[in-house]
Amino acid sequence: MITLIKRPTPSRGWSYTTPIIAVLATMIAGGLMFAALGKDPAQAIRMIFWDPLFGPNAAYFRGQLLVKAGPLILIASGLAVGFRAGIWNIGAEGQYIIGAICGASVALAAYPAESHLLFPAMIVAGALGGWLWGMIPAVLKVLFNTSEILVSLMLVYVAQNLLAYAAFGPLKNPQGFGFPGSRNLQQYPSAHNPELIAGTGAHWGVLAALVAVIGAYILMHRHIAGFRIRVAGEAPRAARFAGVVPARLVMFCLGLSGALAGLAGLFEVSGPSGQITDGFNAGYGFTAIIVAFLGRLHPLGILLAGLLMALTYIGGDMAQMMLGLPGAAIQVFQGMLLFFLLGFDVLTNYRIRIGRARA
Amino acid sequence: MTGDKLLQIEGLTKAYPGVVANDGVGFSVAPGEVHALLGENGAGKSTLVKMIYGLVKPDAGTMHLMGKPYTPAEPRAARASGVAMVFQHFSLFEALNVAENVALGMENPPPMGDLAKRIREISNAYGLPLDPERLVGDLSAGERQRVEIIRCLLQDPKLLIMDEPTSVLTPQEVEILFHTLRKLSSEGTAILYISHKLEEIRSLCDGATILRGGKVVATCTPREKTARELAEMMVGGEFKATDRTQRTLGHTIFEVKDLDLAPMSQFGPALKKVTLSLRAGEVLGVGGVAGNGQEELLATLSGERVSAPGTVLLHGQDISDLGPNDRRRLGLQGAPEERLGHAAVPAMSLTDNALLTGTVRRPLTNRGFLDMKAARLFAEEIIKNFDVRTPGPHVAARALSGGNLQKFVIGREVLQYPEVLIVNQPTWGVDAAAAASIRQALLDLASKGAAVIVISQDLDELMEIADRFCALNEGRLSAPRDTEGLTLDEIGLMLGGAHGMQEAAL
Repeated sequence: MITLIKRPTPSRGWSYTTPIIAVLATMIAGGLMFAALGKDPAQAIRMIFWDPLFGPNAAYFRGQLLVKAGPLILIASGLAVGFRAGIWNIGAEGQYIIGAICGASVALAAYPAESHLLFPAMIVAGALGGWLWGMIPAVLKVLFNTSEILVSLMLVYVAQNLLAYAAFGPLKNPQGFGFPGSRNLQQYPSAHNPELIAGTGAHWGVLAALVAVIGAYILMHRHIAGFRIRVAGEAPRAARFAGVVPARLVMFCLGLSGALAGLAGLFEVSGPSGQITDGFNAGYGFTAIIVAFLGRLHPLGILLAGLLMALTYIGGDMAQMMLGLPGAAIQVFQGMLLFFLLGFDVLTNYRIRIGRARA
Repeated sequence: MTGDKLLQIEGLTKAYPGVVANDGVGFSVAPGEVHALLGENGAGKSTLVKMIYGLVKPDAGTMHLMGKPYTPAEPRAARASGVAMVFQHFSLFEALNVAENVALGMENPPPMGDLAKRIREISNAYGLPLDPERLVGDLSAGERQRVEIIRCLLQDPKLLIMDEPTSVLTPQEVEILFHTLRKLSSEGTAILYISHKLEEIRSLCDGATILRGGKVVATCTPREKTARELAEMMVGGEFKATDRTQRTLGHTIFEVKDLDLAPMSQFGPALKKVTLSLRAGEVLGVGGVAGNGQEELLATLSGERVSAPGTVLLHGQDISDLGPNDRRRLGLQGAPEERLGHAAVPAMSLTDNALLTGTVRRPLTNRGFLDMKAARLFAEEIIKNFDVRTPGPHVAARALSGGNLQKFVIGREVLQYPEVLIVNQPTWGVDAAAAASIRQALLDLASKGAAVIVISQDLDELMEIADRFCALNEGRLSAPRDTEGLTLDEIGLMLGGAHGMQEAAL
């Protein structure tokens, strides 16, 4: 019999060590899975975790790391604020898409005029677009007590259809020989979000992600507003007693996470991706949920988790190409990471006693 | 020799990590005896009865029931041996009727018709009439307790354990319950009675075992002792009564006029035309059985719920539409009944919990940024001034015992020197010594010119500290009466008497 005994005070030590144990457990379970698929597990694990950083082609992959981690961290920072308050925005993917469409629309409307004001205007439009898309579930929740989980998730599919419409319709490149997709913003200097330091992959979005991490840390751990958000997540009645207005909290959290997701979309469309296409969204909005939890909803944890997740993406791609691993196996591998992390999290709040059960 | 004893316990020991809850406890109960278990919170009473009821297994020691070794592995085994227990917190489904609730607690329930008949017979025989068809959601607290008692009596127990049974009853209801218990004992059923109401124990119980720190420190016949002597045996030192020196009453500073509030939950009461006024330096006691609008009253006065314009006034200023923090800024503070999850955040440290309500009147923030050092000092100040027993302010609130956390919560509000303080059940589940210090703190605050509203089920407490008393019954607040010269009978009638419950002729 295994008995769980609640710890009176959560264990600090375990809250730091469980992520490491979870990564190790993922390597073991994932290795078994790769072995069952007939691949060399050691080679697969090395290819996912080691080669992108220190392998023969590391110079290229290291740049990719920040490109992939940037949007994940930016989105996850916003989501974590809401998750801490018990407000579950599952629709960051949709807010990401709408942010990209709004930002790109501003650029394409101005094309081909060059101005220093264009990029800032695009940033505002991207953030605003994501904010608006996040406010839909917020307003519905406040007015009609709908579930923000369902509404925000369903709005992802609405956003995907809007994206297809934009790529095939109003935003289609008039000089694109009939191919779907917008003009490439990488070739429009005023609207381009370039690599700031060559070879690092760091663009404005990566910088924004860093700012978001620091901002989220100050908000959540140094400011009374973040304190109240944490209280709301821990004990809703105590939060009301402490003067939190639930409606305002819902609007703030969904609005903030929406705006940050929208920003991530804007930086992606104006940078690495370059254009609005039907398949522009790559699942960052959903993966960011995993990143938020992997980083235990703490801004600094999210920074590390975002980098780790980006690593498994890049390494997973490599393993797919070089070892012929199926893409689904990589997704299962990432799923294992979240599973083990949440599973081992029990140790933070509970002690485990193995032996005869005693009431 | 265990032959003439119903229950004989020797050397019972149970240790939890870091604390020995019971250390070689021994006592015995004779058939038909009403035996009291007395002790402060944390003295080991609950662990002891849990072992007798088969919920907890002892580490060492023996129990004999009717001369035979008794080692219940689980409550079912305890019930099969003739031991029944009525818990302090009811486990009833509000949406089901009485008979259905009783059937749920039985191993082999008879057909509903037979069960309803049995419930009627037994409830009438013991003077606790109960209609098996009524929905539990519609019953008063006293009637709900009857359901729990009938559930036990259907098993024809040899030993009935009752945990704080009178905390939810009006004085009249207590009388009815005592009649029932005396009848049971005259038929040979032994009763193990846990309470901290010393007067009740003196009038009801034949013997008492007093626990302190997990050990038996004394046994006595309660009738031969005064309440004060019993309290001193529990605390293990001289018991300090509250000092209620004359206070000078100032102007009226807080008024509530015709306050209405819709029910906050499905079976919750509505507040109807609540009116009261309070002068500086005055303590107003609001009595009544829980569930009659206490939570609702605290929520509307503290600002968690807003009410119609003109219904709540502080210094003549209408504050009906202000939230809790705006009211705190004006000097009105509250302390809700539920400590974990309402007055305090269980998983957060005491420092964080000091911030919960302390940022408005205390300089714990700087332009919205938290001053964690100031918050920690504030938490330490509360811990020190209110004798909160804890290793330090970094400890999570849920790690504190109920009494210590309550001292922390009351301390947090009192040390912000409010002009009006409203507390709900300030000493519920708190041991005698801690309760006395909380009451003293409330009186001290009033003597500095604050107006205090104490909402409590403990009538002795209200008589001890309140200047005026009013009763909250089904959401209505009675007109206040001076506590001086008020008799327990009059209070009982203000509380709605026996709520129309009848006592069958015995």
